[in-house]
Amino acid sequence: MPLQVQIAKQFPDFALDVSFTAADAPLGILGPSGAGKTILLRSIAGLERPDRGRIELNGRVLFDSGARIRVPARDRRVGLLFQHYALFPHCTVAENIAFGLRHLPAGDRSRRLAELIERTRAQGLEGRYPRELSGGEQQRVALARALSIEPEALLLDEPLSALDTHLRSQVETQLQETFAGYGRPALLVTHNIEEAYRLGDQLLVLAHGRVSAFGAKEEIFRRPPTLEVAQLTGCKNFSRARPVADHMIEALDWGCRLRVDQVLERPVARVGIRAHHIDFVDSSSERGVEENVLRCRLVRSSETPFRITLFLRLREAPPESGEHDLQAEVFKEKWDRFRDRGQPWHVRLPPDSLFLLPE
Amino acid sequence: MASLAFAGTMDWSPVRISLETSVTATAITLAVGLAAAAWRERRRGPATALVDGIFLLPLVLPPTVVGFLLLLLFGRNGPLGKLLLRFGTTVVFSWPATVIAAAVVSFPLMYLTARAALEQVDSRVLEAARTLGASEWRVFREVALPLAWPGVLAGTILSFARALGEFGATLMLAGNLPGRTATIPVAIYFAVESDDMTRAFAWCAVDIIISLTLVAGLYHWTRAQGRARWMRR
Repeated sequence: MPLQVQIAKQFPDFALDVSFTAADAPLGILGPSGAGKTILLRSIAGLERPDRGRIELNGRVLFDSGARIRVPARDRRVGLLFQHYALFPHCTVAENIAFGLRHLPAGDRSRRLAELIERTRAQGLEGRYPRELSGGEQQRVALARALSIEPEALLLDEPLSALDTHLRSQVETQLQETFAGYGRPALLVTHNIEEAYRLGDQLLVLAHGRVSAFGAKEEIFRRPPTLEVAQLTGCKNFSRARPVADHMIEALDWGCRLRVDQVLERPVARVGIRAHHIDFVDSSSERGVEENVLRCRLVRSSETPFRITLFLRLREAPPESGEHDLQAEVFKEKWDRFRDRGQPWHVRLPPDSLFLLPE
Repeated sequence: MASLAFAGTMDWSPVRISLETSVTATAITLAVGLAAAAWRERRRGPATALVDGIFLLPLVLPPTVVGFLLLLLFGRNGPLGKLLLRFGTTVVFSWPATVIAAAVVSFPLMYLTARAALEQVDSRVLEAARTLGASEWRVFREVALPLAWPGVLAGTILSFARALGEFGATLMLAGNLPGRTATIPVAIYFAVESDDMTRAFAWCAVDIIISLTLVAGLYHWTRAQGRARWMRR
């Protein structure tokens, strides 16, 4: 693997202990604020000194506490895009981008500069100062600057968080293009689930300074390994559970038995399902006979422009559970088809959408 | 007519000495103060508090005490004085002594202002420069210093003003040798002492004019720098 990271650092109130490898592809690093995402990137870039561990990039050892190797940031050839871009305020756009090209002869320098400006679509901005740029423009310039050193790995710290909503998708598309043409490890730190999913090929979930999940993003979303990862990846519905038969569990908080596809090696503690996987079925089908179909009532709802979130109370759920038992999310078109049906409604929890969690 | 005649008989050397001394001392203070501030910026810990204390001592002590200590240091039996004697030279009661006294006394102002200005610089911008392959010298020269420049300039003005007004330490170390070490403040003191009130008054007027012109000019120039395009909103 081109990038191998295994580092630990102790802080007064926090410990980072992380180990992973990254391929020549974008890796999304997802975690809540305070999970250690930024420290991780800074350690790889050489701006933070881990207590122990090892960082290797394309066979070059950048850090090895055992061998007392610590390559300074300037020699690492790791491009870092700062959260607020950290452009040089006293330099023009062209000067900012050309800062990392100083070692080249003048001819090559201007050719590379033009190339970078074109690649990040910063044409026409060359003579401006960072203060005179919009957030999206600053981001493009910062990206061009980070790419100027032809980095062997690209690290992006919350690249979209400082942007207005309407700019995000536009900049995100540009980032995708950049990644596509980059072909080297690109680590993208974010606390936005959808961003991480869209931009990363693989996904690493970081929580409390530790890797709580790492692998193919589809798999992590389909079968999160722990309750924490399930929550961090946006899952809202959980119930305590115990196995009762082969592929059969009892969901204690939902007051029902459910068929599940997944087989868990370790003892099952919980069952979960994502809000958009809950299916609303026609109540005319035979009640109670159909597998994984539950009766429920609407407690309240919350709308976004195209979707609606429904908070549901299950009829069979024990009374001590909270205000609602399930949170379902559907497109408004679908919602319009069953909103006027008489309650109780019937929801189906498809066996292949249910996932099991260990303690 | 009388005043013109007076001006004609007047020895203008204190003006030349004062200006030469202040300019040289400020140049030295700028270089040493910046280096000290940049060095201090990278360090944390208990030892730095002591270093700070020593650096700021000339600001706290009466100038006569500073002058006396410098005299001990550069005198015939002082460590630096002995070293200089070996090269067949001495600085006490010579023009370099006025520069040393002015530089030492104005150093803390430069050091404090430069340090504050460097601390103001966003550390992430410096880190960005490092990830782009810049050496520490280049980070300082091309990023930290330009961003801290308005503050450094303010420190330079303060230091120059302090050097121009230096009296106590200069008198102790350089004495009053007309045409060689007698700066305007020293000349004023000895004019008053010898009851030559007209001369003292003339020197005071000259001093006020020089100070006002220089400080107002520098202030104007700094303001112009402060309106640089990259700083504008």
